[in-house]
Amino acid sequence: MTRRAAITLAAVPVLFLLAFFVWPVLSILATGLTEEGGAFARVLTDSGLLGVVWFTLWQAVVSTVLTVLLAMPATWVLARFDFPGRSLARAIATVPFVLPTVVVGTAFLALVGPSGLLGVDLHGTVWVILAAHVFFNIAVVVRIVGGVWGHLDPQLEDAARSLGASPWKTFTRVTLPLLRPALAAASSIVFLFTLTSFGTVLILGGPRIATVEVEIYRRTAQLLDLPAAAVLALLQMVGVVAALIAYSRYQERHTVEQTLRPARETARRPQGRERTLVAAILGGTGLLVLGPPGVLVWRSLTASGGLGIQAYQALGSDTLVDVGSAVGNSLGYALGATVIALGVGLPAAVLIAARRGRLSRWFDTLLMLPLGTSAVTVGFGFLIALDAPVDLRASVVIIPIAHALVATPFVVRASVPVLRAVRERLREAAAMLGASPARTFRTVDLPIVSRVATVGAAFAFAVSLGEFGATIFLARPGGPTIPIAIYRFLGRPGVLNFGQAMALSVILMVITATAIMAVERARLPGPGAF
Amino acid sequence: MLELQNISARFGALRVLTDVDLTVGSSEIVAVLGASGSGKTTLLRVVAGLHRPDAGSVRWDGHDLADTPPHRRRFGMVFQDFALFPHLDVGENVAFGLGELDEPGGRVGEELERVGLGGYERRKVNELSGGQAQRVALARALAPRPRLLLLDEPLGSLDRALRRELAGDLRTALRDAGIPAIHVTHDPDEAFAVADRIALLHGGEIIRFGPPERIWHAPGTEAAARLLGLTTIVNVTVGPEGVSLGHGEGRRARAIVREEAVRIAADGGVGGVVEDATFRGPGHMLRVKVSGGDIAVVSHERVEPGQTVGLDIPQEAFTLLDG
Amino acid sequence: MKRLMIAVAALAMLTGSCVSEEPVVRLVAHDFFAVSDEAIAAFEEETGIDVRIVQGGDAGTVVNQAILTQGNPVGDILFGVDNTLLSRALDAEIFERYESFLIPEIPDQFELSPFVTPIDYGDVCINYDKSAFDADLPAPSTLEDLADPRYRGMLVVEDPTISSPGLAFMLATIVRFGETGDYTWLDYWADLRENDVAIAADWGTAYYGRFSGAGDGDRPIVVSYATSPAAEVFGAEPPIPELSTAAMRDGCYRQIEFAGILVNADHPQNARTFIDFMLSLEFQEDVPGQMFVYPVRPDAELPAWFGERPADTPAGLDPTVIEENRERWLGEWSDVVLR
Repeated sequence: MTRRAAITLAAVPVLFLLAFFVWPVLSILATGLTEEGGAFARVLTDSGLLGVVWFTLWQAVVSTVLTVLLAMPATWVLARFDFPGRSLARAIATVPFVLPTVVVGTAFLALVGPSGLLGVDLHGTVWVILAAHVFFNIAVVVRIVGGVWGHLDPQLEDAARSLGASPWKTFTRVTLPLLRPALAAASSIVFLFTLTSFGTVLILGGPRIATVEVEIYRRTAQLLDLPAAAVLALLQMVGVVAALIAYSRYQERHTVEQTLRPARETARRPQGRERTLVAAILGGTGLLVLGPPGVLVWRSLTASGGLGIQAYQALGSDTLVDVGSAVGNSLGYALGATVIALGVGLPAAVLIAARRGRLSRWFDTLLMLPLGTSAVTVGFGFLIALDAPVDLRASVVIIPIAHALVATPFVVRASVPVLRAVRERLREAAAMLGASPARTFRTVDLPIVSRVATVGAAFAFAVSLGEFGATIFLARPGGPTIPIAIYRFLGRPGVLNFGQAMALSVILMVITATAIMAVERARLPGPGAF
Repeated sequence: MLELQNISARFGALRVLTDVDLTVGSSEIVAVLGASGSGKTTLLRVVAGLHRPDAGSVRWDGHDLADTPPHRRRFGMVFQDFALFPHLDVGENVAFGLGELDEPGGRVGEELERVGLGGYERRKVNELSGGQAQRVALARALAPRPRLLLLDEPLGSLDRALRRELAGDLRTALRDAGIPAIHVTHDPDEAFAVADRIALLHGGEIIRFGPPERIWHAPGTEAAARLLGLTTIVNVTVGPEGVSLGHGEGRRARAIVREEAVRIAADGGVGGVVEDATFRGPGHMLRVKVSGGDIAVVSHERVEPGQTVGLDIPQEAFTLLDG
Repeated sequence: MKRLMIAVAALAMLTGSCVSEEPVVRLVAHDFFAVSDEAIAAFEEETGIDVRIVQGGDAGTVVNQAILTQGNPVGDILFGVDNTLLSRALDAEIFERYESFLIPEIPDQFELSPFVTPIDYGDVCINYDKSAFDADLPAPSTLEDLADPRYRGMLVVEDPTISSPGLAFMLATIVRFGETGDYTWLDYWADLRENDVAIAADWGTAYYGRFSGAGDGDRPIVVSYATSPAAEVFGAEPPIPELSTAAMRDGCYRQIEFAGILVNADHPQNARTFIDFMLSLEFQEDVPGQMFVYPVRPDAELPAWFGERPADTPAGLDPTVIEENRERWLGEWSDVVLR
């Protein structure tokens, strides 16, 4: 790829990030420094706030460990065994990850909240938060670790067995070391997601529990203490960047070259006693993954006593929350966000896939930063930064832009592996068959990129629909989105209000799941992240 | 007719090709035999126009191709990993190079028949086995009747039986179509199966270039011999009576020992100790350690390792190497 | 093109208020704002101005958002700033100065700033469920009772960092016990915590969710309004003869609610007209039945079932004092109660 082409492709993503990421971050920094001596001193000596930081860290660590432990059995089964319904099972395992945080919060309230199905009220405890985090992030481990595990050469394990290693020893001495990079990748991602967890904690945590994200929100929206919020946001970003750097250093040092075999060759049917084990693991994990959404659907239909759709019908006539306009807004914003995310993410992905080398990797990391920086910081940054030179705060584009910023890393991550794997060689093949550059672009680049774009678009759409952390800062009272509407319903007591929250959550869940299932169909087969 | 003169090329900071000369006549198949990393793929890419050489020229019928981009050269290419378009089916892949022809259907069917895949037009690319994919790649490259065909280890990822079968088919297909080709490989058997002339590529340079028979009989250097799979190389001494094993009085040299000419002596002969014995039908393959190196010989009876045997090594069995 | 834009802008500025606005007024309020359809219809017919009401959460959230969106407000009028939040809003300078011609009708004690107009007031008081108490355990009558072990596990209060009545109650304890001396307000709250006080996120959750007198909660004592008992029986079918809950006068805190015109509003002219309307008898007499608080105009008649206006005025804190210390107080409260 020529230098000129590279610069043209880089222009849009870089400008977008400068205007909508770097500039807000700088504003946050400035806000944090405005007080006498800066708010840093005040925040860093506040034991309450330090307690929040500490809590955020340890719950992230515990969540990560629990997630990996609980996800590994299912990962193993889905990667190494072939059975009817396998691809459906994998798709189901992915759905929790893309569910909006509001939906997950509502589902867990329906399960273990004040009027929860299980009768025990865990609202406001750390347990429900850990449970929700595990629920969310199992998919990450299944996808990333399973993606590698499913392509491992089974002959390596056979070799170990032939040398006298028991199944457990084979696992710990051969399989686990080979999976280490994937495990590290998955753990880092789960850690980052739980570190920056917002919607779940806000809804399930109650007044006593707060993570840094929730605290940023409270300081901004409730206490109007912007400098402290800014300091917390900066601490958050520093922590995330440090984690990302540590992770990529680890990756560099521990990449092991190995031949990956096509998945077709590595999966086998379970035999004999394996069958019960596989069934048990699938059953247990299925319960964990399908339980909360299932309970949500069930409770939404039984909200007012018997089985019925009253809760759904009430959505149409609520006086305080205009559900109709919330749905319209959400869909409109999602469309806008998708277009922007594609416009920014695809050129970036093409560039990253085509060029290797340090510059390309820096560019890649830059694009990943919004992912780790958390939606709350994005929303907060937009709020304080985007009033000058042009006041965008009331503009209808600000929410799609915020959503696009959150969604772009997903678009890039989904597109790069596919682009990298196939494009350059195919363009050469086309050239050797006599296709001019224009024809090559039309017949090779465009179809493949649009296939990839479809996947990215579906991701961006789903992310935007469920986006809560940034939106809660930026949505104006008259223009809620579906997650905001759900949050408003949850904030009002009463059976019918909770029922409406559940009904709306189910609707959002269905729309999101549909978008993601469509992604599965459109993917080109082969290894790749997500 | 293709002419490469003084081609030098880099790959990053690495010097990959140095001063390479090569010619390919019309309807000639030239095999480029080299180990992995010897620069053979780069050589192919230079001819294709996908890689700019640092020095030298590529000419077709006297015309320098420096300013001709790959898609205008009308050179076909079969890639190592096939590079079939995943978003098109088999028929569409084969038809790709036929441009906007009105009736490509006929030609597509023909080409697929030619490679033994008649009726595969609507198959999906990711459903094909390795061998099938390879044949589709070949059909696709041949369909637009290129002036020259470039094959990058086309049989590399196939198993042995398939390789042999396809190698033969390949040569026939190219002969029938009258298309000259450069066939790059690391497998000497493959090279011999297809080539009219063989070029040995070692360390970025062509160390031997000529018809298979001549190269076989006189590889020249040890590196060339190893490339050709002639790995039984021993120390010898050239004296007035001829070549004898081991380094002794006289001119010292290295020589190939042609295994097919060595016999177990009824009595006498050169003494050696059997290192190991394996049964390889119809006889036993013995590895015998003699002065100067190891020699492989076939015996009707099994001889246990550790025993001594006498070997009858006629002078014709030795091929002296340079240097 | 640019020059044309500048010319148009200059012209607009010159003609200023002579340029007529769209016949719309947008009112931003908290979730508990209510006004009868009749009153609104009357206004719209008299003035021809369309009223659009947007409700965005509780008072604190709505005010904060107005501050954060300053210069580009979400509406024309903000209703719901109360005296505990007033200083914050005034410091942020989000309001345009306006004194309605009806201001002389309002008692002085309600006029805290020329930038906002008082509309109604209510007293935040402890409410209790009568049925939970009897001769053996009489209903609580003082703040100290709430810290008494006899009443352990009975009280639910709203989180003052989020909720406006919660904040009012916290301020009442500061007024009562002070920050210095043997027994400070923080000691009081420590005792409340010992006594298993429950913290709810907002008034709705506390009152309808946890209070036994209004829903199926488990706590018979809650922080609510002096008018809540009346509101409980209002409109009940079949009519409830007696009040089932009551309010405790000790430890009440007066909340005055204001409306203000937001700086840079799209329809400032219409906003002024609507504010005048909010001080008219028509609107003021609508207030009790809709929002269960008292109208500021002394000549507005109260419905029979509503009861009389409270005779005494509970002691309060100056808004500036509140603003200066609120952060610190909230922090101290959090440390004592939540951590």
